Amino acid sequence: MKFATEYRDEHAAQTYAREIRRITRHPWTLMEICGGQTHAIVKFGIDELLPKEIELVHGPGCPVCVTPLELIDKAVTIAGRKDVIFCSFGDMLRVPGSEVDLFGIKARGGDVRILYTPLDALKIAKENSTKEVVFFAVGFETTAPAHAMAVYQAKQQGIKNFSVLVSHVLVPPAMEAILGSETNRVQGFLAAGHVCAIMGYDEYLPIAEKYKVPIVVTGFEPLDILQGIAMCVAQLEDGRHEVENQYTRAVTEAGNRPAQHYIQEVFQVVNRKWRGIGEIASSGLGLRPEFAEFDAEKRFDVAGYTAEESPLCISGLIMQGLKKPHECSAFGKQCTPEKPLGAPMVSNEGACAAYYRYRRAELAEAGKV
Amino acid sequence: MSSIKDFTLACPVPISDYPTVTLAHGGGGKLMHQLIERMILPAFQSPLLEARHDGAVFDLGGARLAFTTDSYVVNPLFFPGGDIGSLAINGTVNDLSMCGAKPMYLSCGLILEEGLPMETLWAVVQSLKQAAEAAGVQLVTGDTKVVDRGKGDEVFINTAGVGLIEHGLTIAPSSVKPGDVVLVSGDVGRHGIAIMATRQGLEFESKIESDCAPLNHAVQALLAAKLDVHCLRDLTRGGLGTTLIEIAEATNQQILIEETKIPVRDDVSGACEVLGFDPLYLANEGRMIIFVPEAEAGKTLEVLQHSPYTEGAAVIGRVTGDKGGVVKMKSRIGTTRIIDMLSGEQLPRIC
Repeated sequence: MKFATEYRDEHAAQTYAREIRRITRHPWTLMEICGGQTHAIVKFGIDELLPKEIELVHGPGCPVCVTPLELIDKAVTIAGRKDVIFCSFGDMLRVPGSEVDLFGIKARGGDVRILYTPLDALKIAKENSTKEVVFFAVGFETTAPAHAMAVYQAKQQGIKNFSVLVSHVLVPPAMEAILGSETNRVQGFLAAGHVCAIMGYDEYLPIAEKYKVPIVVTGFEPLDILQGIAMCVAQLEDGRHEVENQYTRAVTEAGNRPAQHYIQEVFQVVNRKWRGIGEIASSGLGLRPEFAEFDAEKRFDVAGYTAEESPLCISGLIMQGLKKPHECSAFGKQCTPEKPLGAPMVSNEGACAAYYRYRRAELAEAGKV
Repeated sequence: MSSIKDFTLACPVPISDYPTVTLAHGGGGKLMHQLIERMILPAFQSPLLEARHDGAVFDLGGARLAFTTDSYVVNPLFFPGGDIGSLAINGTVNDLSMCGAKPMYLSCGLILEEGLPMETLWAVVQSLKQAAEAAGVQLVTGDTKVVDRGKGDEVFINTAGVGLIEHGLTIAPSSVKPGDVVLVSGDVGRHGIAIMATRQGLEFESKIESDCAPLNHAVQALLAAKLDVHCLRDLTRGGLGTTLIEIAEATNQQILIEETKIPVRDDVSGACEVLGFDPLYLANEGRMIIFVPEAEAGKTLEVLQHSPYTEGAAVIGRVTGDKGGVVKMKSRIGTTRIIDMLSGEQLPRIC
C-alpha cells in the first residue's frame, strides 16, 4: 500500500533504532501526545527497539478518553429520547457512562448511528424533519473543522432540527498543565501530527521556550515515530529546546488556514473539564453565542449534569504520564475492554486498551499484572 | 446461618455483565464467546456441542456425517461480490467443509418481512439456487414465515446442512501439532470492507468485492491429494485474528504468524487505514485457515493454488511448540506482539 508500507520498513526502522541507541547518553522521558501514536508504538512494538534509557509515557491525546463522564451521561440521556437520532463517531459508543453506554441505549431501542463525518448528520436531519438529529462533537483540533463546518452549514441552510453536543479539547493547554505540574516527568514531547496539520505549530514555540522542553511534531507510522524520537533525543542530548517538524509531508508552520477560519467562526475558547484530570482553563472549544441555537446541552436541558468517577480508575494519572496502565490495580481485573471502568480501556487510542490488547500476555508472563 | 430465602429454585441468569443483549454479543468476539460458554454450553451439555467445531460430527447408520446450521441477517441484502442468498449457501457449505465433510443436502428457512418486494425475494431465491449449483449441493427442505412490517429486516435466512465424511482423518483443533504450518486460502478482509463500503456509501477507486465463495471444492481437492490435513477453520465475522486465537486456545498451542506474509489486497489495507480498522479482524465469507505438517506445506499450497476460490493461498505462520494458547505476530518492523481477541465489533475511530 503506497504511502504507508514505506513507513513500516524493517530495515529503515532498525537503522533509526541504531541511530537512537548511538546518540543516547542519558536517561530521558518522552511523551507522545496522541493516542494514535500510543497505539502505533504498542502495536508495532516500537518501544522494544529503544535503549533502556528512553522511556515513553503516554499522553492525554485520546478524545474518547478525556471526554468527561457527565458528558457521556448527557449523550446517553439525549440518545434515549424517542424523538432523537443520535449520531457519533464509532468509538464513543462503548465509553461507559455512570450507568450505561450508547450501545446499551441502542439495545434499548434508541436510534444511535455511527457516522464518519458530521456532514452526514446534516443530511440525516434534512431527511428526517420530524426528528431531532444530534451529533456528538468530540475531539481535538483535528475534528473541530468538520464540526464547525456542519454547524456553519446548518445555520446557512436554516436546518432547525440539528444540534451538536460539544466537548472539544485543545492540545497546547493540556501540555502546559502537564509541564506546570509539580510531579511532571516529561522532558520532551512528540506533538500530534494531525493536530498540527490543522493548527500548524507556531503555538508550541512559547511552550518550548517557557518550559525549556523540545517539541517534535511527529506522524503516526513507525518510521515517523522513530524519527521523531531520534530528533527529540538529539535535542535533549545537545541541550536544545526547539520546535521541530518531523511530519513535513503533512504539516506546515501555519497549518490549514481555511480550517482554522471555520473553527474561529463557530467556536470560542472555553474552560473544559478533562476526564481523569479535571478542569483546565481555556482548554476547550464551545459554540459561540451566535450559534447557541445548535447547542444540544441547551436544547435538551442537560447542562447541569454532574457525575462521579469510579474510585478505582487511575486514568488521570495515566494520561499525565505518571503511571503505566498495568500499574493500576483494576487493570485486567475489574477493568477490561468488555467492562471498562474508564475510557482509556475503551477507545482504540486509549493507553489501557492498547496495553490490554497487545501486552497483557507478556505482562502476565513477567508477573506484572 | 443462611435462611431459606438464600436459595432459589430457578437457575440464575448466568450472565451478569449486561442485562440485555447488545450487538457486541453477536460480533464474533469475546462477548459472544462468553455467551456461548456461560449460557449455551452449560444448558445443553453435549460432547458434540462442546467440541465447538463448525459442525457436529457423528456416526449414523454406518455413515460418518457432519451437521451444521447458521443464520444470515446481513444488511444490505445485496453487496458487491454477493448477497444474502449466496452467503446462506456458502456459509453452511463451508462449515461442513471445515469438518472435512462433502456437503450434500441443505435446508433453508426464510423469515420475510411484510412488504418485501416480490422482486427482491425472487433475486434472493435465484441467488440461493445459483450458489447451491456452484457448490454442488441440493436444497431439499425448507420453511417460510412472514413477520409484521418493522419486526424484521427484509429477509432473514437460516440454512442447515448435512455432509458425508469419507476419510479417516480427524480434522479438528485436537489434531494440531507443534511444527504444523498454517496457511490461509486467500487475501483477507474483503467481505468486511465490501459490506462496510456499501452500508456507509463509501467509494474507492475500484469496487471491493466480497470474498464470498464455497470452499468445498478446495477441501475435497486437499483430501483427494491424500494430504494429512490436521485442522480447517473458515474465517467469518471475527476475521483471521480471532480464528487463530480460537485454535490456539482450543489446543493450548502457540501460533506465530508473520504480518508481511498475510495476503491483504492494497485497496483493502487502504480502506482499513482510512477507517481505522485492522484487516486481521475483518469479516471473510470465503476464506479458511489450514493446518498441515511442515513436510506437506508445499504440496498443500500447490493444491490450493490450483483449486477454485483458493488461488491466492499463502503460508502465514506455524505452530511453535510453545504452550500457552496465544497467537503472536512478527510485525513489519521486526518486533513481535500478541494478537488479542476483540471484545465485539471493530469500531471506526474518531481521527
